Amino acid sequence: MARIGVFICWCGENIARNVDVEQAATQVAELPGVACALAYKYMCSDPGQSLIRQKIASEHLTGIVVASCSPHMHLRTFRKAAAAEGLNPYLVEMANIREHCSWVHHDRAEATAKAVELIRMAVAKVRCDHALQPIAIPVTRRALVIGGGVAGIQAALDIADAGYQVVVVEREPSIGGKMAGLSETFPTLDCSQCILTPRMVDVGQHPNITLHTYSEVESVEGYLGNFKVTIRKKARYVDVAKCTGCGQCWNACPSKKTPSAFDYNMGTRTAIYVPFPQAVPARPVIDRNACLHFLKGKCGVCAKKCQAGAINYEDQDTSVVEEVGAVVVATGFQLYQIGKERNGDGTVGYGEYGYGEYPDVIDSLQFERLVSASGPTGGEIRRPSDGQVPKTVVFISCVGSRDNAKGLSYCSKICCMYTAKHTMLYKHKVHDGTAHVFYMDIRAGGKNYDEFVRRAIEQDGAQYHRGRVSKITQENGRLIVRGVDTLVGEPLTVEADLVVLASAMRPADGVEPLAQKLNVGYDENGFLSESHPKLRPVETNAAGVFVCGACQGPKDIPESVAQATAAAGKVLVMFGHEKLAREPEIAKVNETNCAACFTCVRACPYTAIEKAEIRDRKGNLVKRTARVNQGLCMGCGTCVALCPSKSVDIEGFTEQQVYAMLESLE
Amino acid sequence: MSKQIVSAEAGVFGRLHVADCYQCGKCSAGCPVAEQMDMLPNQLVRLVQMGRFDRALKSEAIWKCVSCMTCSTRCPKSVDCAGVMDALRELAVKQGKASKKRLRTLLFQQAFLDNIRRNGRLREVELIGEFKTRAFLKDSNISLMLSGAMLAPALLKRKKFHLVGERAKDRAVVARIFEKCNRLAGASSANGRPPAASPENGQHR
Repeated sequence: MARIGVFICWCGENIARNVDVEQAATQVAELPGVACALAYKYMCSDPGQSLIRQKIASEHLTGIVVASCSPHMHLRTFRKAAAAEGLNPYLVEMANIREHCSWVHHDRAEATAKAVELIRMAVAKVRCDHALQPIAIPVTRRALVIGGGVAGIQAALDIADAGYQVVVVEREPSIGGKMAGLSETFPTLDCSQCILTPRMVDVGQHPNITLHTYSEVESVEGYLGNFKVTIRKKARYVDVAKCTGCGQCWNACPSKKTPSAFDYNMGTRTAIYVPFPQAVPARPVIDRNACLHFLKGKCGVCAKKCQAGAINYEDQDTSVVEEVGAVVVATGFQLYQIGKERNGDGTVGYGEYGYGEYPDVIDSLQFERLVSASGPTGGEIRRPSDGQVPKTVVFISCVGSRDNAKGLSYCSKICCMYTAKHTMLYKHKVHDGTAHVFYMDIRAGGKNYDEFVRRAIEQDGAQYHRGRVSKITQENGRLIVRGVDTLVGEPLTVEADLVVLASAMRPADGVEPLAQKLNVGYDENGFLSESHPKLRPVETNAAGVFVCGACQGPKDIPESVAQATAAAGKVLVMFGHEKLAREPEIAKVNETNCAACFTCVRACPYTAIEKAEIRDRKGNLVKRTARVNQGLCMGCGTCVALCPSKSVDIEGFTEQQVYAMLESLE
Repeated sequence: MSKQIVSAEAGVFGRLHVADCYQCGKCSAGCPVAEQMDMLPNQLVRLVQMGRFDRALKSEAIWKCVSCMTCSTRCPKSVDCAGVMDALRELAVKQGKASKKRLRTLLFQQAFLDNIRRNGRLREVELIGEFKTRAFLKDSNISLMLSGAMLAPALLKRKKFHLVGERAKDRAVVARIFEKCNRLAGASSANGRPPAASPENGQHR
């Protein structure tokens, strides 16, 4: 005989305003199987939970329904309260009478009637519930960090310092990411290299860190606590074990004219190269597309120069399989493509700004290399076209950002700050120069951030104009920037020597296929989705996969580092357990009835169903059946909907329960 | 959409996405006649957002707009700024807020369109004659009638003055275009919709 307790929450005014909770309690108390029904102002509060526990004990309840907010909010709270009183937590159901009722309806009588219906359904469901036990899964205490930028470095070091093994995968020849190419960083103007390179060295030398550079994640199998990741190590043509990083090879290489990707094509590099002198590992790679040995079949200078005999022209891509328990994704960002009219990625370029057409229109990362002491000009600001020092520089913010017409509606968040920084760095190097900034809004929220922007304006004399630029043309070697100052209400034309476009931040190339391999969601812009925007900011919907840095959304360095540490913390929370418990509300196959058609195997989006065989004691095949991998199943129910023989059900959400709920409706 | 906009205009300006404007000023930055305007395009859009039609309609700027569409093309929020100018001009005529001089602009546009409908393309000398005659009939303004006449010899010398002009072969096609536009304009004015996107497409008739 079921004895159900119904607990209706006022949620302060949130529910009680539109739902007559007392009347609802009176009505549901009459339902068959309901032993008690009562309303309370804040059911989630301590006294509210005590009330539930008290009633479980005094009324000998066999199940409870809490009618309050969304189960996303408080299901765990109430399950915990029930468990503390000895009631199996999976005998707790919730009726959402806030989001689904009081917040969306205004007629009090109708809202009350609907609330009663919702509770009635929950009562019908809880009557068919049976006790479930959480599933225990073993955990491999070893983490994979994808991406070796500042976020990946931070996450890897934190996990490794806690004493666990970390595997870092970086697709470039060196770790360091975008930050390694920056000049000085806001709001303190400390040199990016000075703060990053020691951490890069730490990663390279850490006994707990295995570093795979020039490598990419090829496939991911397994589940929370038990991932099997195949990593493809691209052919370097240099034996990292033998190479000493002496530099003889790249100094002697005769092919010197390849544009350097690290310098954003502002400088050149050799065919055998390290991206930058502080690279970790300080071991070169050979670019097949530039190397004379590969292009023309002769040369071989590097092999002759190498005293360690590390050059291996026969090198092939290899694969390694790493077993890990958790994955941290830190793949970072790239800049939005300004120049092309249509980018083929859902965005449109700015033909009107002449990027790619006029050499002196550059993007912000290119400007970083121009100011960087390790950059192609050795830190002197010289414009690309003729090497002259520009006397007037125009900085344009929101290029791509907040521009629906170009395909990106979001604010890239960091451009206001780095543009202010650019004007400062420029003025510090070219004292008689003028820096103009065209902006729409200045977004400088952050510790010492607004002060920093004010300093650029007040002390370093940057000319800020509120307005967007419509077009840039070139006349007699100068760039004519047609803008407006909306505060004066006048169009404004500036003749500039150099124009720097603060291009929008976008997730790095290839993040979408990677997200698909990991079953992590992403938004329309390709940024990876966190599990909850406020309360689960580094978790993803794929259990055991965490995100940090700019792959999750536009972020500056301090935020990326903070989030990386947060992700590492979450990994360590996982590693703190012998076994991981997970919710048992997953698919379960009735193996006696299963016809082994394997429709479910093909349909499962998580590849959680496998083909299994049932054998008798002698090893003879009795029958074939589908079987659910408890680690992988996310309980989505696709298999339930498709199974022709109705042999699969979701625990705690069986078809019987769903029908009972529907039948209970009046 | 700002609530202040009076309901009759709400539909028209709503469809031009006026509420989407975030005042970046790119329209004013690219406008070829902005320097001649007493009020910038972005300011006019702002006035419309606030429902301040009284001020917007008083501005000379709406009559300076040459409908080059640069503003609408480059707008990051896809606000049809040129359409806003158009709608404001139309509103000014409807409310009798347009000055005599400005009504002449309307007269010119009507003469221009009639000319194209008849000939399938523009015959300039005929257009000037027609415009001046119509204007004279309207307000007996002699100075307008004669203005610019002295340019004729110079134009003749540069072979820019074709007394006869040309006519398009397939004028029926052009006539059909006009018919269709008129039909659309008629339908849209009946249910309060904005004029079709292209400027001056016969919506005044």
